[in-house]
Amino acid sequence: MPTNLTFDVSRRELLIGSASAALIAGLGGWSADAAPPQRDGSVRLTVNGEERTLELDNRTSLLDALREHMHLTGTKKGCDHGQCGACTVMVNGERINSCLTLAVMHDGDEVTTIEGLGTPDDPHAMQAAFVKHDGYQCGYCTPGQICSAVAMLDEIEAGMPSHVTPDLTARPQASEAEIKERMSGNICRCAAYPNILAAITEVEGARA
Amino acid sequence: MKSFTYERPDSPEAAVKAYQRARGARYIAGGTNLLDLMKLEIERPAHLIDVNRIGLKKIEETDEGGLRIGALVTNTALAGDERVRRDYGVLTRAIVAGATGQLRNKATTGGNLLQQTRCPYFYDTNMPCNRREAGSGCAALEGHSRMLAVVGTTDACIAQNPSDMNVAMRVLDAEVEVLGPKGARSIPIEAFHLLPDEEPPVKEFALRPGELITAVTLPPPVGGKHVYRKVRDRASYAFAVVSVAAILQEDGTGRVALGGVAPKPWRRPEADAALPKGSKAVADVLFADARPTDDNAFKLPLAERAIAAVLADAQR
Repeated sequence: MPTNLTFDVSRRELLIGSASAALIAGLGGWSADAAPPQRDGSVRLTVNGEERTLELDNRTSLLDALREHMHLTGTKKGCDHGQCGACTVMVNGERINSCLTLAVMHDGDEVTTIEGLGTPDDPHAMQAAFVKHDGYQCGYCTPGQICSAVAMLDEIEAGMPSHVTPDLTARPQASEAEIKERMSGNICRCAAYPNILAAITEVEGARA
Repeated sequence: MKSFTYERPDSPEAAVKAYQRARGARYIAGGTNLLDLMKLEIERPAHLIDVNRIGLKKIEETDEGGLRIGALVTNTALAGDERVRRDYGVLTRAIVAGATGQLRNKATTGGNLLQQTRCPYFYDTNMPCNRREAGSGCAALEGHSRMLAVVGTTDACIAQNPSDMNVAMRVLDAEVEVLGPKGARSIPIEAFHLLPDEEPPVKEFALRPGELITAVTLPPPVGGKHVYRKVRDRASYAFAVVSVAAILQEDGTGRVALGGVAPKPWRRPEADAALPKGSKAVADVLFADARPTDDNAFKLPLAERAIAAVLADAQR
């Protein structure tokens, strides 16, 4: 993907330079009788409690908006195709892959990233547990693991079933098998899985 | 990713109107499949119509005693719905067997119906693929086809439908409600996904241009034991090599559909009728016209054994 800043500039120059509706229509695949929508737009997001308004190329993923435009680089880009989970953030309380969603689709939404969970001086319980149990090696997948784990425990508490839930009509338990299955969207190439599991299990035990 | 314009209508009717106004438009809901394809420039819409704020997020009981699932109900919400878990367990089981928690939180009921194949040659834009570019050929015929379809294929395309949810929808006889420029209509699930013709282009869905999925309706519950058994290369987060969706009654009758073996969820009325006779009889019917490759012929005995396991489980 080209950098958004470069594209924004060239796009605006193009629009300024072309007063003709027909030309704009030709660019956008838009019939000539309607007002042409834009290739970039304004997005209002509440990120870690702070309201932000951004002007973005429509193509900007939520991940790139966080990292490149808001400079919240805690959220990591791994595969950029929703396969590794490194980009996991919470939107309106639910964990999602921020690489597989457009920032413009989230106007008005509340986003929580690893930076919003806690700080080095005042870490979230899950962050503290990952440190205590050494739930990482290189650390690249860790912000995604932690955001995913926090939201995952909420999903169990809300009674959402998983592939390993034995009885669909009963409340799921936060067993080892449940936690492993529910964390399968977060890959750790250092394979710190046993320690990640230990960290999550400790936090779950403290919540219960 | 190619540049595109964007708009966010506030009703299904406005979304369809927006489609008619724009050229090269696509609807976007969860985006977990479409954005992936746009990054690879396999999909190159000139205009995106974001349908996430048009409603359609409820699951309602129908007058007939079934359920009407709004097209924008997420896979997580659908799998977790108390009524679905109680009366349509095969659907919950199928959904939670697919993807990850993160993806299911975004993926929608309508979007999952439209999930694209995972054929590697569809994704590799350097290779011929009739589904991606009609007339370019099918690289999978002579290529790596281990994961691909064994039945319902032609020399134009041997891609499989990768969805777990669709297999359960098929065994439940769901109806797909759509709204388009010419009004609303309902498409039975068995007619929604299409098989490839002998010659390209490969038409995948029964949707007409501009039609938007608004809901999926489930008939009243049929009881029985609901099973979804998925055979895959990893214990979690992998597409099905073979999957079996079944609803089995105590008298040995029931319904069965397979995933991972065909370009659409694979079900035959005669296979349902053969259930009391056991897995071989069922597999013989389902694979009567099979044309596997050397790479994926193993799916035939594998599917038969998966059906046998499902039948054995049901008797326990």
